Amino acid sequence: MQLHEKIPNNVNLSQDKRLLRALEKWLPDYLRWWGEAGPTDYQADEIYLRTAISVDAKGWAHFDYVKMPDYKWGIFLTPPEPDRKIGFGDFYGNPAWQDVPGEFRNALRRIIVTQGDTEPASVEQQRLLCNSAPSMYDCRNLFQVNVEEGRHLWAMVYLLHAYFGRDGREEAEDLLERRSGDVDKPRILSTFNEPITDWLSFFMFTMFTDRDGKYQLYALAESGFDPLARTTRFMLTEEAHHMFVGETGVGRVVKRACELMKQDPNEDVRGQGGIDLDTVQKYVNFWYSSSLDLFGGEISSNAADYFASGLKGREHEEQFGDHIALHGTYRIPILDDGKMAEREVPLRNAMNEVLRDAYIDDNQRGVDRWNRMIKESGIDYTITLPSRRFNRTMGIYAGSHFDPQGHPIDAEAWERRKYEWLPKDSDRAYVQQLMQPVLEPGKMANWIGAPDRGVKGQPIDFEYIRRV
Amino acid sequence: METTTNPDPVTFARTPDTYQHWKLAIDGEIARLTMAVQEDKPLRPGYRLKLNSYDLGVDIELYDAVQRLRFEHPGVRCVVIGGANDRVFCAGANINMLATSSHAFKVNFCKFTNETRLAIEDASAHSGQKYLAALNGICAGGGYELALACDEIILVDDGNSAVSLPEVPLLGVLPGTGGLTRLVDKRKVRRDLADVFCTIAEGVKGKRAISWGLVDEIATRSRFADAVSRRAAALAAASPARSKRGIALTPLASSRDGDTIRWEHVALAIERDKRVATLTVAGPASGVPLDAAAARAAGASWWPLQAFREIDEALLHLRHNEDEIGLVLLRTQGDLVTCLAVDRALAEGAGDWFVDEVRFFVARVLRRLDLTARSFFALVEPGSCFAGTLFELALAADRSYMLADNDRPVAIAVTPMNGGAYPMSHGLSRLAVRFQGKPGAAEDLLAAPRAYDPTDAEEAGLVTVVADEIDYDDEVRVAIEERVSLSPDALTGLEASLRFPGAENADSKIFARLSAWQNWVFQRPNAVGERGALTLYGKPERPAFDFRRT
Repeated sequence: MQLHEKIPNNVNLSQDKRLLRALEKWLPDYLRWWGEAGPTDYQADEIYLRTAISVDAKGWAHFDYVKMPDYKWGIFLTPPEPDRKIGFGDFYGNPAWQDVPGEFRNALRRIIVTQGDTEPASVEQQRLLCNSAPSMYDCRNLFQVNVEEGRHLWAMVYLLHAYFGRDGREEAEDLLERRSGDVDKPRILSTFNEPITDWLSFFMFTMFTDRDGKYQLYALAESGFDPLARTTRFMLTEEAHHMFVGETGVGRVVKRACELMKQDPNEDVRGQGGIDLDTVQKYVNFWYSSSLDLFGGEISSNAADYFASGLKGREHEEQFGDHIALHGTYRIPILDDGKMAEREVPLRNAMNEVLRDAYIDDNQRGVDRWNRMIKESGIDYTITLPSRRFNRTMGIYAGSHFDPQGHPIDAEAWERRKYEWLPKDSDRAYVQQLMQPVLEPGKMANWIGAPDRGVKGQPIDFEYIRRV
Repeated sequence: METTTNPDPVTFARTPDTYQHWKLAIDGEIARLTMAVQEDKPLRPGYRLKLNSYDLGVDIELYDAVQRLRFEHPGVRCVVIGGANDRVFCAGANINMLATSSHAFKVNFCKFTNETRLAIEDASAHSGQKYLAALNGICAGGGYELALACDEIILVDDGNSAVSLPEVPLLGVLPGTGGLTRLVDKRKVRRDLADVFCTIAEGVKGKRAISWGLVDEIATRSRFADAVSRRAAALAAASPARSKRGIALTPLASSRDGDTIRWEHVALAIERDKRVATLTVAGPASGVPLDAAAARAAGASWWPLQAFREIDEALLHLRHNEDEIGLVLLRTQGDLVTCLAVDRALAEGAGDWFVDEVRFFVARVLRRLDLTARSFFALVEPGSCFAGTLFELALAADRSYMLADNDRPVAIAVTPMNGGAYPMSHGLSRLAVRFQGKPGAAEDLLAAPRAYDPTDAEEAGLVTVVADEIDYDDEVRVAIEERVSLSPDALTGLEASLRFPGAENADSKIFARLSAWQNWVFQRPNAVGERGALTLYGKPERPAFDFRRT
């Protein structure tokens, strides 16, 4: 089979000799990477997966059984918008770039490589999880997330191969060389080097960390470099599923906790082998605060440069009135001599914060849905998102301490109280020992509720994984 | 016009126990100098030293450490410069500091940091203290300049850490100034590759950094510490051992009386209204130790070492705290005969590690003088002792004036120490430079070292102007007044051009370019104009360049 037939695409791959040559070399390396770093098992089994075969309404979600290594990763860009103009920054109103502007070549490459690096990283972080899946349904969702992260790597590699010459090819190779958590070849962002060994963490990751990815993609979907904008727009269609896995996953843990609370006179969830709401809250606090770090500094010259240059905009840039944003300001609460004070910074330097605002609102909507569920089951408990200042290691709040409400506290108080708020080793160990695989169709581990419905109209007890 | 004293002067005296940004650890023949910059301790308020970026305060400590390693730890054969920060070795000079500094401060900052890097190269060349740059993470701009000053560079190979000189694309200024010269002259990186390298803001990592000659070795994160230790041991073993015992570089004492600063042997008197300073050096007193063992016992208080440390402090103070003083009058006071005895001790003690270190140090201070953008006039008057080592001050000056008065005799003396013990940046002695147009003249003078009275001195061409007691005062006064009235920029260019006749080498090229190019770039609108790259760095606007080339 010709390479361009193996790779579904809408970039006219068969006619692009240079791209073909680059991919011919890269594809075997990619498959080797998948073998080494993808899910540890189930590679020979048939998984009921969604595969994008074209960009139209029917084609982007084609469901069928497929062996993961045979999944068609593909290269898809949303169809071009005729005469698209740059929507923000100093080049506002100019025609969008169809080729890389030399002036921004290095910056664009950096943006693409950094985004691209997170995609294989999460596959690597999650590779052991299939051994402890709470149900066949969940295991299948994990694989769906994994192959799509793999496809998102492809999407970034396509850009590197098609637009960045030899440098791009070398960066594409390096994306397969680095490994999450490998001390010698770590992934670029530290969050993507943390191991994910339990499913509660996986749901938190897909809820909170993947949602950072969504907002990064939103910002890049506005890019004045049109191929990047079109690539990331298509990636966003797939990303929604990852958030669905996270939000419903945590939701089902919460739902199960509520059931177990009502079954026991002491509302003792752990005693019955469930994950109690306090532990869920601690995991929320940890993963949410860690994901907030991924947006970068509150006051950032990179963010200002990327916006000014038209490389990275705001989420849904059209919703804003002023697309130049040169004279606007943004008020940022800062810790000044132990007290909170506000500092006014130029809006362009606060673009990470604008994106973070949208991200926070989005998370809150998901948390509200969990809380509705708790309320409906008659339990008096509210899950909250901690303050954006809580437990941060990047940006202006790093190095200071805040309680979950965002009040400054001293280091002594932090040390004394941090395990009221964050999972301690015994919490993690408790969650870890619950991680026993349950793979009979329709069965669920005791600590998680069943989903409301199956995948693509199939029943919950459908055989999502056919073992060979 | 601003004529008040700087209320918060920069000081240069440091001791390792007060370092804020470096950790110095000695383990036998190997020293580890670890950069651990404290973000919240900048030299001046208004910026944070993020990502191990440095300002003058950080570099003053480095300068102190390099100096101390030579005098206090002569047993050290290899110095490993590493970073304490996990992912970043050094992000280079702090940009917010540069953007908020005056032109003079920026230029003098670059000059001082380059002198410190040259001091590292000098320690390697003369004291056999080899430097190994252990780049444990991202190394950008001035950080890479520091690495370039080392004998060898090891870079961690983690798929992300790179060396870079991003100044041109990011800031519109020159890379560390010396960086470009070191790249092509010292490391012999091919000039086209150097051109590419200097326009890639994110730099070059891993195997490509090796193949381009930007680093000598790469090592994975888990093997990095071993690789560094192995290279450090090899460098140490290849360098001949010297004394294990050093001398303590004790702090210098000074006192301030109005506009005069007095050290034990040196005084710096500022006449602010005239924009003139007088630097007076007292020669050695009788009884000064003359053999190497006694000199070692005297340690930091041995006259040549202490006097030149004091001169060094005075020069740095002038550069950084007194930018409106345009002319420095160099005077000496003391006994010519005692001066010549010490001079002989310096000549005959060669080979003793301590005497050698003192000679190298005196040479560095004299080079600092050559490279100081102020006019220098030496005044050779009764009671002065411009002999041998101290005569170098007169040879370094832009002009010298000598009084001829039969009632009050005055003399200067040329000794073997004027024959190359204190080379200038381009490797020549000041005497050789003086007689570029008279082949053999310097050699003749050195073949018969002696004292010169005013008549002889004028005939031999050793002073600029000889005037008798009737003319001298007026002649000197007019010369001073005329000098300070001229454009300081023109004088900076004039002096820097005239001081270094003869062939260039890497050191002199670094400084010629530093003086000229950075002085130019740092005041062009493309760098520091309202919309210049340096002005707008970190701000929401992008720079706008005037694209006309000169």
